[in-house]
Amino acid sequence: MSDESVISLRGVRAELGSRPVLRGIDLTVRRGQVVALLGANGSGKSTAVRTVIGQVPVTDGEIELFGTPRRRFRDWARVGYVPQRTTAAGGVPATVTEVVSSGRLSRARFGVLRKADHEAVRRALDLVGMADRAKDSVNALSGGQHQRVLIARALAAEPDLLIMDEPMAGVDLASQEVLAETLRGQVAAGTTVLLVLHELGPLEPLIDRAVVLRDGCVLHDGPPPEAVGQHALPGHDHVHPHAPAGAEPIRTGLLS
Amino acid sequence: MEILNYAFMQRALLAAVLVGITAPAIGIYLVQRRQALMGDGIGHVAMTGVGLGFLLSWSPVWMATLVSVLGAVLMELIRWYGKTRGDIALAMLFYGGMAGGVMFINLAPGGSNANLTSYLFGSLSTVSESDVTAICLLAAFVVLVTVGLRRQLFAVSQDEEFARVTGLPVRALNLLTAVTAAVTVTVAMRVVGLLLVSALMVVPVAAAQQLTRSFAATFAIAVALGVGATTGGTVTSYYQDVPPGATIVLLTIGAFIALSVLAAPLARRRARALAAAQPAADPAECKIPATRGAADEVGV
Repeated sequence: MSDESVISLRGVRAELGSRPVLRGIDLTVRRGQVVALLGANGSGKSTAVRTVIGQVPVTDGEIELFGTPRRRFRDWARVGYVPQRTTAAGGVPATVTEVVSSGRLSRARFGVLRKADHEAVRRALDLVGMADRAKDSVNALSGGQHQRVLIARALAAEPDLLIMDEPMAGVDLASQEVLAETLRGQVAAGTTVLLVLHELGPLEPLIDRAVVLRDGCVLHDGPPPEAVGQHALPGHDHVHPHAPAGAEPIRTGLLS
Repeated sequence: MEILNYAFMQRALLAAVLVGITAPAIGIYLVQRRQALMGDGIGHVAMTGVGLGFLLSWSPVWMATLVSVLGAVLMELIRWYGKTRGDIALAMLFYGGMAGGVMFINLAPGGSNANLTSYLFGSLSTVSESDVTAICLLAAFVVLVTVGLRRQLFAVSQDEEFARVTGLPVRALNLLTAVTAAVTVTVAMRVVGLLLVSALMVVPVAAAQQLTRSFAATFAIAVALGVGATTGGTVTSYYQDVPPGATIVLLTIGAFIALSVLAAPLARRRARALAAAQPAADPAECKIPATRGAADEVGV
């Protein structure tokens, strides 16, 4: 692991509709690290990664990608991005291959895909175990399969840095395992990863560092917080504080 | 084929074919980004251009192109900067465009709403030599953009946020889509009319998707349906003396209905094939245990 910083945020502030969401964030991700960005809903963790990719404008502070100020950064083929999965697919049918191919555009000149590019798309589909569904419409996939396609799309450019926004949200157990396995392979090959997560879950063993946000400020930056007691066991029950009084906790059925 | 002996019918058929290609070709991207009614909005704005053309005695086709391109860029900027609510701002642009058209054409010397009618509902038989030249040039531009940049436009229309991270010039591609849609509207204006333009952009695409799983196939079938409807409608209107614009649009809707009916058994067969390919992954029916024990009792 070298000291070269891949992502660097210094004093980043951002607003969404004049409401401050980030209030001066410092965050550095070095080459080869796997960093999880944790926090409650509304803590600013998604906004933080969206400032990195330039989707949300910053009002103050500096962002660098691979040592280049984000404004002048052009080498997007080095970045693979997996957005938070939206239920809204495009209004026209598209096959798995067509969607994943658009991830290769950053490496293709003038949008022309050559043989090597088609092979890279195929490899990305193999990595997430979706090669047998290559010709199916993405609308026919389950939530977990759809997420695997979005990750294949990010991997198609063979990036050095993966940025993922809640990759495990709404994903079935089988797909979660495929995703964790895919990520393990990428990390072993030296890819740097920044993940937004709601909870560490099955990815926990991969994570070097956790950054916890609260109200747009960094609350914790260090080793991932140790889960204690029943929370340390995989498949523990989730008790939601906003659930009506007397409601049954959600049983994952793995502990009994 | 005596129909081809008349110069006006040759021009009409050429214009019809070009419209049949271009309208679904750009329409598919509008449908993909769920802006199916954008063509309708641009059509309203183009009316101001037609009115201005009459008032200033310039070519209404080129004037409509200019004004609708400006209108489309304005719509895209409103979507981008979205200070006012997008739909309200668009409504202003639509109705402003329509009112402007009626106003300018009545101010024009000797102008009346009768002049406008041929642009509102199309007037294939009056397509002139210079109209055909304009239509050919504009159609070439539309085909160049929609086919040449298909991968970039697909990526931007599918997922704008992701497209930005692949380094695509998202804002420029959005503006290009808007401008191309505006150009298509003016291409189609003489054939189906401004009020029916949007139908030819959207309905062939909707009809094609009844059969397809891929974007490429949807594109090809939509263009084929578009060309079939425009030429079919033009020929029908020659023999039966019915308005071509309305005939063309009704033909596309007929195709949509026919393909929807055809597609139902096809979809069932695909679902069965898929289920057969993934056996026992998830049982098709819920299993209810034959006997219930104490463990199944649920506390209330």
